[in-house]
Amino acid sequence: MTLRRIGPLALLLCCLLAPPAAAPAGGGVVQQGKALYGQYCLSCHGANGRGISQAGKRRIGAGPLRRQAVQVGLGPSLRGVGALAADFYLTTGYMPLQHVGVQPRRSRVLLTNGEIRSLVAYVASLGSGPPIPEPQPQRGSLSQGMQLFTDHCAGCHQIAARGGYVTGAVPPPLQDATPVQIAEAVRVGPYVMPAFSAKAISDAQLDSIIRYVDYTKHPDNRGGWAIGDVGPVPEGLVAWLIGLTALIAVCVVIGERLKQDG
Amino acid sequence: MIRRLVRYLDQRSGTAPLMRRSMRYLFPDHWSFLLGEVALYAFIVLVVTGTYLALFYTDGTTPVHYHGTYAPLRGQEMTAAYKSVVDLSFSVKAGLLIRQTHHWAADVFIAAIFVHLLRVFFTGAYRTPRELTYWLGVTMLMVALLEGFLGYSLVDDLLSGMGLAIGYAVVLSIPFVGANLAELIWGGPFPGGQSFFARMYILHVFLIPILIAVLLTAHLALVALRHHTQFRGRRQTQRKLVGLPLYPAQTPRSLGLFAAVAGVLFLLGGLVQINPIWLWGPFHTYSSTNGAQPDWYLGWLIGALRLVPGWDFTIGHYTVVPNPFWGGAAFPLVVFGFLYLWPWLERRFGGDVAYHNLLDRPRDAAWRSAIGMGILTWTSFVFFAGASDRVDVLFGLSYSAQIRAYRVLVWVLPIVVGAITYRVCIELRRGELVQGERKRAEAEARAARGPA
Amino acid sequence: MARARDVVLSALLLFVGRPRPPRVRRGDYERIIPERPPDAGGELLAIALFAASALCAIAFVAFYALDRLPNQTQLLGGSLGLSFCFLAAGLIVTGRRVIVTEQLEHDYPAEEHREDQETVARIVEESGDRVTRRRFFKLALFGAGGALGVALITPAASLGPFLDVDPFYATPWRRGRRLVDESGRPYRADDIEVADFYTAFPEGADEENIASPVVLVRLAKDQLALPAALARYPADGIVGYSKICTHAGCALSLYRTPLFSPVEPGPALVCPCHYSTFNVADGGTVEFGPAGRKLPMLPLAIDRHGYLRAAGNFDEPVGPSWWGVRDRKPTS
Repeated sequence: MTLRRIGPLALLLCCLLAPPAAAPAGGGVVQQGKALYGQYCLSCHGANGRGISQAGKRRIGAGPLRRQAVQVGLGPSLRGVGALAADFYLTTGYMPLQHVGVQPRRSRVLLTNGEIRSLVAYVASLGSGPPIPEPQPQRGSLSQGMQLFTDHCAGCHQIAARGGYVTGAVPPPLQDATPVQIAEAVRVGPYVMPAFSAKAISDAQLDSIIRYVDYTKHPDNRGGWAIGDVGPVPEGLVAWLIGLTALIAVCVVIGERLKQDG
Repeated sequence: MIRRLVRYLDQRSGTAPLMRRSMRYLFPDHWSFLLGEVALYAFIVLVVTGTYLALFYTDGTTPVHYHGTYAPLRGQEMTAAYKSVVDLSFSVKAGLLIRQTHHWAADVFIAAIFVHLLRVFFTGAYRTPRELTYWLGVTMLMVALLEGFLGYSLVDDLLSGMGLAIGYAVVLSIPFVGANLAELIWGGPFPGGQSFFARMYILHVFLIPILIAVLLTAHLALVALRHHTQFRGRRQTQRKLVGLPLYPAQTPRSLGLFAAVAGVLFLLGGLVQINPIWLWGPFHTYSSTNGAQPDWYLGWLIGALRLVPGWDFTIGHYTVVPNPFWGGAAFPLVVFGFLYLWPWLERRFGGDVAYHNLLDRPRDAAWRSAIGMGILTWTSFVFFAGASDRVDVLFGLSYSAQIRAYRVLVWVLPIVVGAITYRVCIELRRGELVQGERKRAEAEARAARGPA
Repeated sequence: MARARDVVLSALLLFVGRPRPPRVRRGDYERIIPERPPDAGGELLAIALFAASALCAIAFVAFYALDRLPNQTQLLGGSLGLSFCFLAAGLIVTGRRVIVTEQLEHDYPAEEHREDQETVARIVEESGDRVTRRRFFKLALFGAGGALGVALITPAASLGPFLDVDPFYATPWRRGRRLVDESGRPYRADDIEVADFYTAFPEGADEENIASPVVLVRLAKDQLALPAALARYPADGIVGYSKICTHAGCALSLYRTPLFSPVEPGPALVCPCHYSTFNVADGGTVEFGPAGRKLPMLPLAIDRHGYLRAAGNFDEPVGPSWWGVRDRKPTS
């Protein structure tokens, strides 16, 4: 056998034996993420995370099923959103979304931590985006946090982070949010929430805000039973259902008894 | 010993006959006649706790920086007024207790007046000769609403400051004179400044309490002079009042009710938090928070303001009726107008101009009960519509869809409820008539059979 | 030990007192309050309740005196409230069981007093008989009273401006004024990013003036849909609106901005009070809610150093509507 014949054969052998092509570092995790992506995200976010701006039946598959038309929804592009966004949406259960157009809400997380890591790695690989943040709330200032929260957040989330209403959306209460999730949400601006970049709210300021939100989980309620920390509505209920009811009961006791006397 | 005291007083004032008559003044025994007393005792708790608070509060609007014990507020800029209330809540022993008791007392005071009003209305107690008593009572209700609003606005926290802005907008919305009136009251455009807070303060701690005290005295004097109404009974007639004498029977009962009111209010004041202003933070015109609501007794106004569709009624460049007028001014005017006019309307269109000492049961006056329930439904529905954003948050029912539906329901539901009430009253009365006839027939049959 | 117990018991008995039989009045004494058999159980119950009340009141004083007690408000309120509640219970038991409760009858007072009414009316009428120029006199007297009343009320006009409505049109904005944040730092145009909102004030002005606060948002050029009159108001896609809602004056601290426009509602400023929703892309028109007037818009410009400046005053007066709000433009 001449070298000319062995060359291509050797090349073929190398290709067959070589690991899968174009895999970035931690290649197995990303591949697993890609598989999960195909399972949960493809039908709205499109192939390679490019996003789908028109719903309808589409051929978007790869491999043996690529000829089959599937119903696709609408979803934004995930190119460049980074691990930050993916981690936020997956750890809160915001994604996968039940149907297109509803507000994403905190729900039961169907994926395991390992699966989430893989998906995050895959989405991060789709472009260069921000990594998962590492907030340090203990370094933040509680009072600065309260002021920043009042300026930027209380209008939607209520001053004690109990959530509220905006036309067309329901900003959620924040008592279940972890510091990482808060940091992520502030940068992403999910659904109709504004997105605050590091220029608008620096990492140090974000630490203060997270420290304040943490505080709202157990605020100073030295006045007694806090009845929700949402203000006059539960107060009115207590005034009527506890206060006035008790006093009317006393009136009935005083007045009613008289029929037996005298 | 008693004799010596009574002799001393009678020689110096001549009031022994008065003492004797008042000790034998009779109180009919039904429990619903005590509701007005609940309001009275809540008022006394308000005055006592309020006096204490006034000794610590300052109405200053000068901006200061907080350096007290509550960490989240440290370094924040706030008015001296807000700071004085935070300091009272955190650094004065029993300060928070008295503050919370005062606020609970205000909520319960107005709730008690309202329930008392329902009793008076649906039993016809306002009829001749008690119209004046009734009008004094309705006036006290109106004044109490204002007094409560001023009271919690004095604190200058984020929630109440937003409420003041809305109050300003309602005054502005009065046709032709709104802006001029608002300028006069606030001393200029909102937020006003030091003189406005001074005015709120003097109104709340001095002028209005005196006004309420005067109205209350006249109200009670009239009740005593014409004596109390009563439900019809075997012995209770138009001419004969049956009840317990003031002394000794009624005294421990009334004092007991007073102590119960104070007890419930202090228990609430210590155990259930109300208006934690340190959580809301100080007010700034450029700040706001979601979920801001007024105290419960103004909830009907926020509901009305939210329900009215977005029109400013203009003629050319002249804005005749800005939007907040309908919900914030016209609506309460109509409701209070109805309350004031009702005795006259009933005389005029019901034809009943007689002197009444006996009360109706609601079923005995079907028209009154139906119309009263209609107005009550109208007002309550608007009140509950004010919480429809909370319904969206809790149950997912679209806020905008609710508002659209409520704009129709708010007119339909009162009519339906009124009609149902009317029918129920008529049917109950008919049932009683039939029962009465049956009993009479049975009695006759027994008599006809004879003592066999 | 036994002696000590005896001493304490004797002291208690002396203090509490032995129950005495109910007082009997001798002779032909006619009672006003009817006689009733005593209720020893009721008496003791009432005494016990009063004692409990006293103990709670003492506890209140004790809780007050102790410093740095955790949950002090709850202990103070609980003890004072319970003290009143025990007192209430004791008094009610007293009313039911200790004192005599009678149901008496009494005539209602007379419906009216015709003779006295007549006498009063006649006194007033006859007093006027002497006067010859009756109408004139009355006019003069009531005229004096009325005029004096008006005079006394007049100083109330000093409470504030009444006829002068210029303050409602005045704003601290004018052409060239820089936009600064809450701490006074001026905004640069490239500080303003999409999908975010910023609160700005006129440099050097009072931040609490309702015409001061402005919300800045940046929109993409293709998102803007302004009418011709407002077409020049944005600066590089940055638009500014008054932060004060035109319905009832609350601050618009809610900015709704879609992450994914095909399915999410468009960008708008929303008011937390009654949910008036203002479209930021078309000059601030009302999309939903009870506001009757669009949001005033501030024309913006970028100076040569990159700072944002106002290019004039708002297009409409700021704040809730009043009778003259559409009559004139805002003044500086």
